[in-house]
Amino acid sequence: MAVKKNNTIKLKFDSARNLAPAPESKSAAKINPRYDLFINGKFEKPQSKKYFSTINPATEEKLSEVAEAGQQDVNNAVKAARVAYDKTWKKMPGKERAKYIYRIARMIQERAREFSVIETLDGGKPIRESRDFDVPTAANHFFYYAGWADKLEYAFPNRNTLPLGVAGQIIPWNFPLLMAAWKIAPALATGNTVVLKPAETTPLTAMKLAEIIQEADLPPGVVNIITGAGATGAAIVNHPDINKIAFTGSTDVGKIIQRAIAGTNKKATLELGGKAANIIFDDAPIDQAVEGVINGIFFNQGHVCCAGSRLYVQESVFKTVVQKLKDRMETLIVGDPLDKNTDIGAINSRAQLDVINNYLKIGLKEGAEMYQASCSIPGKGFFVRPTIFTNVAQSNRIAQEEIFGPVLAIQSFRTDDEVIEKANNTPFGLSAGVWTDKGSKIFNMTTKLRAGVVWANTFNKFDPTSPFGGYKESGYGREGGLHGLSAYVNVV
Amino acid sequence: MINTKAIPDFSVSPHVDQVGIEERASRFTKRSIKNETKLNGLLLALNMIDLTTLEGKDTDGKVKQLCYKARHLHDAYPGLPTVAAVCVYPSMVKVAKTALGDSGIKVAAVATAFPSGQAPRDVKIRDTKFAIDQGADEIDMVISRGKFHMGEYDFVFDEIAAIKEACGDARLKVILETGELVTYDKVRKASDIAMYAGADFIKTSTGKISPAATMPVTLVMLEAIRDFYYKTGKRIAMKPAGGISKAKLALHYLVMLNEVLGEEWMNNQWFRFGASSLANDILMQLMKQKTGLYQSPDYFSLD
Repeated sequence: MAVKKNNTIKLKFDSARNLAPAPESKSAAKINPRYDLFINGKFEKPQSKKYFSTINPATEEKLSEVAEAGQQDVNNAVKAARVAYDKTWKKMPGKERAKYIYRIARMIQERAREFSVIETLDGGKPIRESRDFDVPTAANHFFYYAGWADKLEYAFPNRNTLPLGVAGQIIPWNFPLLMAAWKIAPALATGNTVVLKPAETTPLTAMKLAEIIQEADLPPGVVNIITGAGATGAAIVNHPDINKIAFTGSTDVGKIIQRAIAGTNKKATLELGGKAANIIFDDAPIDQAVEGVINGIFFNQGHVCCAGSRLYVQESVFKTVVQKLKDRMETLIVGDPLDKNTDIGAINSRAQLDVINNYLKIGLKEGAEMYQASCSIPGKGFFVRPTIFTNVAQSNRIAQEEIFGPVLAIQSFRTDDEVIEKANNTPFGLSAGVWTDKGSKIFNMTTKLRAGVVWANTFNKFDPTSPFGGYKESGYGREGGLHGLSAYVNVV
Repeated sequence: MINTKAIPDFSVSPHVDQVGIEERASRFTKRSIKNETKLNGLLLALNMIDLTTLEGKDTDGKVKQLCYKARHLHDAYPGLPTVAAVCVYPSMVKVAKTALGDSGIKVAAVATAFPSGQAPRDVKIRDTKFAIDQGADEIDMVISRGKFHMGEYDFVFDEIAAIKEACGDARLKVILETGELVTYDKVRKASDIAMYAGADFIKTSTGKISPAATMPVTLVMLEAIRDFYYKTGKRIAMKPAGGISKAKLALHYLVMLNEVLGEEWMNNQWFRFGASSLANDILMQLMKQKTGLYQSPDYFSLD
């Protein structure tokens, strides 16, 4: 007989979770014991003489150590970028620039397996995601912008475009290689040079990308990749010879950057936090909507700025949706990120794990009802069970603040107007999702939701041709697509 | 018996999003099935097969050979399970019943003017009763797709209920012929009608129409079974048929079953594969697991 809990029929999924191990081989991944800074086409020891470790969050074992760039290192990197900009890159015809960008794209494809394994080792995300999403999408971004390099006159008809100069780019730890691609590809295509800093917990794929850039014979200094933590990022932001800042990360740091560049003529694009509303109407394809909710909040352990972390369900289908969601959560496999069957891997760092666990406590204290999948989690490494909260109010912190983990806050609603009001009632505005079988309702919602991306009957879909960016405290500027070019040019 | 008041309005069966269902179905194929999980899966799949011959040229001899195969899948591998059932036309039920003896293998008969279903109801009922009289344990009926497309859902419902009554104790499999229904919404609606009308199994296809079973279509039906179970607490079995001829694909189906309906469905009481050539491919994989080497198809009997 089915196990009955609260008079609700539950299905049994123990055997679905307990598959024989299917680990991806680590042999494809060559990781050096130490990585220096990639400046002016060469790997150079840091002037700071300092290094820091990067670990595998699934095992807490050290993977490698990377240089910590100090002020002098940042100066060197910016100088190399400036010289490369003035002497070669800005003068190079677009079709020549395109060749280099295509080459990078192809080399990422050729070494896709190595990139996937390292991304998973360093960041904790499931190999299925790094293999099927991160790495191929990163290659696609380079391919896409390579195509634009010699067609800028068509992107901006009857106008001339000039590159901005040296772009300082600071990227987060949730999609390390992909974010590097989002930043570097459009900058190169439009004739800018780059100083890029990956996040301190996930520097390895960026250093691998540096190896590729070196092998691709990109002129020295066009792309410089330097590692470090907040201080290194601040040194980039404050450097007087930087023309443009592109930042993806937390809203707090975004505000600091905005203050720092006030009064300068640095341009900026900021892609910050989010607390996306995923909205299910009663006429929605319920099973597919549930799948979209799962994908929306548990993709990449919920470390996604556009994660669908607030779920609004119309009251007449509320019970059904929650029941199905709970059963679906039971089939999620949590554990070794390198196992090809893993759905949810490791939380990126101990600091982030503490943040998430703290929000779980806050949720309980606020009186919300917590449900976690009954799966076991590994004793070592940073893991958390997929979690949903019901009995949540709009005034709860778990419904207002970005948790950046596999934690979903569910609320009910009655009418279209009510849900639009609730969905927009947040300082963020990065993304939203609408689930309904009715086309006219979709268009009504998309025009009224104040979010940069609105998905209809799907969630977390990305494409290089589609612009991405936020409203309100989720930042400004767009990345991807035609819009992504404007962020790197002066149109005259 | 189900209270008629509990029967839902079939014109408002849940909608299915085509992109979403196909994406979800393809996710199951990403599971990497290895070692003991693979071995158990292969043995289970073998045990879920309805070994089938449905041809105009079927003879007593052919059916007897098939029944022998059903009992002795591959004697070079001791301890193998048998298939679940042998599936034949009503005229062959007696031959199959005798040939299978006390093996425990069921005899399933396709009835109701299979495969088109284009016959009056009394003919269909007589066809069914004949198969039952001959000793069939299970009846595979086809729905009237023409009437379904005309929107005459009551007709389809009543016909299934009438055949169910004619079945007596035999379990009834209702073939939707999804290749003729075409859209996922219609597959979902037909599944709901069949289950509420008394089906013990819902089955995708006759095997005579292309496309036959696909993973997304099967997923739509499994989700319908899950919703029916949530509502009524009653389990319905599933049978995809046609087009599943490789062991790997069969394992993908089992992953899907396991993740949609759970382990209580993971046996031949609640799931079957309608297939003729699947068994040999599974046997080949099993021998590979056992010996480490692939053997030529010539080492596996063709019946």
